[in-house]
Amino acid sequence: MTLRRFFTSLLDTTPYVLALLAALGVASILLLALNAPPLEAVGAIAQGAFGTENATAETLVKATPILFVAIGISVAFRGGVTNIGGEGQMIAGALAGVTVALAIPQAPGIVIIPLALAVGFAAGALYGGIAGALKAYFNVNEILSTIMLNQVAVQMMNFLLNGVLLDPSELGSNAIPKTARIVEAAELPRLSISLPPGLSDLFGTAELFGRTRLHWGLVLAIVLAIVTYILLWRTIIGYRIRAVGQNERASRYAGINIQRNILLSMLLSGGMAGLAGAVQVLGLQYRLQTDGSATGFTGNAGFNGIVAALFGGLNPLGAIPASVFFGSLLVGAQKMQRELGIPASMVTAINGVIVVFVVSAQYFVHRRSRRRSVGGTPEREPAAPIVPAPLETPS
Amino acid sequence: MPDTLPTQPRISQLHMRGMMKRFPGVLAVNNVDFSVEASNGRGEIHALLGENGAGKSTLMKILYGLYRADGGTIHVDNTPLTLRSPQDAIGRGIGMIHQHFMLVPSLTVAENIALGMKSTRGALLDLDRVRARVAELSERYHLKVDPDVPIWQLAVGEQQRVEIVRALYKGAALLILDEPTAVLTPGEVDDFFRVLRQMRDDGHLLVFISHKLHEVLAISDRITVLRDGQRVDTIPTSTASKLMLAQMMVGRPVVLEYDRKPCAPGDVKLMLDNVNALNDRGAAGLRDVTLFVRAGEIVGVAGVSGNGQHELAQTIAGLRPCTSGRIRANGQNITNKSPRVLHRCGMAYIPEERMIDGVIKDFSVAENFILHDHARPPYARGGLFMRFRGIRTASQQAIRDYEIKTPGTETPIKSLSGGNIQKLILARELGRKPQVLIAAQPTRGVDIGATEYIHQRLLEERSKGTAILLISEDLDEILALSDRVIVMYEGRIIGEMPREDVDIRQLGALMAGAQ
Repeated sequence: MTLRRFFTSLLDTTPYVLALLAALGVASILLLALNAPPLEAVGAIAQGAFGTENATAETLVKATPILFVAIGISVAFRGGVTNIGGEGQMIAGALAGVTVALAIPQAPGIVIIPLALAVGFAAGALYGGIAGALKAYFNVNEILSTIMLNQVAVQMMNFLLNGVLLDPSELGSNAIPKTARIVEAAELPRLSISLPPGLSDLFGTAELFGRTRLHWGLVLAIVLAIVTYILLWRTIIGYRIRAVGQNERASRYAGINIQRNILLSMLLSGGMAGLAGAVQVLGLQYRLQTDGSATGFTGNAGFNGIVAALFGGLNPLGAIPASVFFGSLLVGAQKMQRELGIPASMVTAINGVIVVFVVSAQYFVHRRSRRRSVGGTPEREPAAPIVPAPLETPS
Repeated sequence: MPDTLPTQPRISQLHMRGMMKRFPGVLAVNNVDFSVEASNGRGEIHALLGENGAGKSTLMKILYGLYRADGGTIHVDNTPLTLRSPQDAIGRGIGMIHQHFMLVPSLTVAENIALGMKSTRGALLDLDRVRARVAELSERYHLKVDPDVPIWQLAVGEQQRVEIVRALYKGAALLILDEPTAVLTPGEVDDFFRVLRQMRDDGHLLVFISHKLHEVLAISDRITVLRDGQRVDTIPTSTASKLMLAQMMVGRPVVLEYDRKPCAPGDVKLMLDNVNALNDRGAAGLRDVTLFVRAGEIVGVAGVSGNGQHELAQTIAGLRPCTSGRIRANGQNITNKSPRVLHRCGMAYIPEERMIDGVIKDFSVAENFILHDHARPPYARGGLFMRFRGIRTASQQAIRDYEIKTPGTETPIKSLSGGNIQKLILARELGRKPQVLIAAQPTRGVDIGATEYIHQRLLEERSKGTAILLISEDLDEILALSDRVIVMYEGRIIGEMPREDVDIRQLGALMAGAQ
């Protein structure tokens, strides 16, 4: 990247920074309306999210499933498929993953873990693939079908948790429905970072995140983000997915199979969400349990992943900081609620405000780039849905 | 408003001096002087000529109050005029007919004219008065218009008449016409010009925006040529010639008549046999179309917009199902085959809607260049990864070969001008060395320089032995390039003739549906 391009891209991020500031301004007004000093509230959120080693770990733990889903959503949206079914696909992945782990308890971890993850991916992919195939071959609106399939997945989970998957020791009791605990060998290992002597003094510990719930799922998600980035912008597969997503008619004329690529982007997208579910089981809960509510298992990660994907510019790499950001809001909100008595749902509202502003900024950037024409009047273009541009494209 | 029509022109002269208009990053109008003047009760038709982006429309939108000028003054009959909105312009007797008509399809002519006008009956419509005055205006200017017909039943030419009547009804003494002939057949253009002359003789001032040289020469009294936002010159039409005007527009000598070698057609390369297809509304779009194109010839398909040309191009290109009949290219049956099979048969296609069918607007120049062959070396390796070096080298070569003006290969295609986008499509399609080329409206919205270039390239392809089907609504283009001309009307081919036998009157009549 040349210096000039660097500064141009720096200039391009200005609207986003302004949008974020504006959103925080509006959020402050909301907080003031609740008689809460905004600075203290933001302080409490930051403190709650990153104040301690454990807080930071919890933030990353929350960010992990959001990131998996956000990677998948980035692929789907780039492919022109508005996948709102992260929740359902996550549940499908979790059900499949936990079933594998429970079915072969004698097998070594080296077998169970990859197998459970692979089957979780496959289950999410198939579940997303239903909506993908319906859209590709029968032109069924994927927004509707994925939302409906979310409901189906929740009920399917409740049914299975109260039936065949119910923990045998809970039979007959009125406890929260949950599966049996998976064997220790099937657990995703905890993630800790051994610090060299110099740094360990700085952090006051020799092993960062040593006593927290942080697990290897985070690393897996980050690796997947990088792989997906390469897939989208360095391979033929990604080229086709993006081409179909941007312009079906031109792609069709170019000989690209539209149906196959729509289905493929939904399979990949669902697979990522399925992994989120499987990782949540193997790395954190060690069983599949729910409080019976629709988001009892997922903790809304299937929806937050959509927001994080948009926030990350529909770029899997951009999704990494975006997911951490939303993870920190979720964790920090609890602290804010405890310390200032502000309802944690306030954070959901702030979430929404940020999304509105950032998407508006996206629109602004889109418009401006259209005006910056070269070599004459730019061609009039048909109205198109606004899809955020990638943070960077390979040169 | 008085009941009788104003008979005297209420504007005898209008002067724009030193007009400036800046858009972000571009000076659209740069210190332009422009005037329209009546003399001895006779008005003037002043043609404003220039390529796309020369500033013609911008200058006139300033005069109509749609844009605010950044500098310059406007005087009407020596009193300064400040325009804040089109209302100010209309109030001073300035009207404008846009390229795209501003009519409500479901309302009648009279209702459309009454729209936005004050009624003498307060909240109630005063359609009888409107009707009477529409009749009066139609009479005087030979603008045949039935006030009680809904707009959607009218042909394009008739809708244009309604627009003119409406402008006159509002009391326009100066009328700006933005590319008014683009939608008309040659016959309709003649009628339209009669109306314009009548209006001029009656004392109206008319500004005629166009980039068609022969029309400007036929209708105007004076011509002002704009280039890159600046006025090149203003000259009386009597002293102007086509070649001279074209050179003023482009800023360099141009070729208007191409040096065409005689046609030496070879084997039949494209054959349509009783082809039928539906249009987007599910009605018959193509009816029993039979035609053939031989190697080394250009067959031009003429017709008024919407008579099946669009469906013809798409059906041949494999983008629209053929409901019956057969299409053969290069000896192989390609009826309802996928675009990929068509490519393999040596077909190439320059689509009519280039931003929708031709390119992916958010993709870069390079990404668009490799659209068909993205999975093949040198653009890919191992069947999975893209080869950026190969992509860059090839697209840089195309940019050089086809003189595409772009900052680089990574620039999003949508920020290029229409002419440069079309050149990229040309580079991509011709780069495949096609045997059959379908060129649909290849120069629509493209400036003269690029048009000339594209035409030369098409003629080059012809000498290489490519069979070319040229579908165009621009008759000049058809006549300049074709070896044979086919006329389409309501989805049928209703006429076919060698280029030498073309009689422009007869061609116009065929385009209007006369057998």
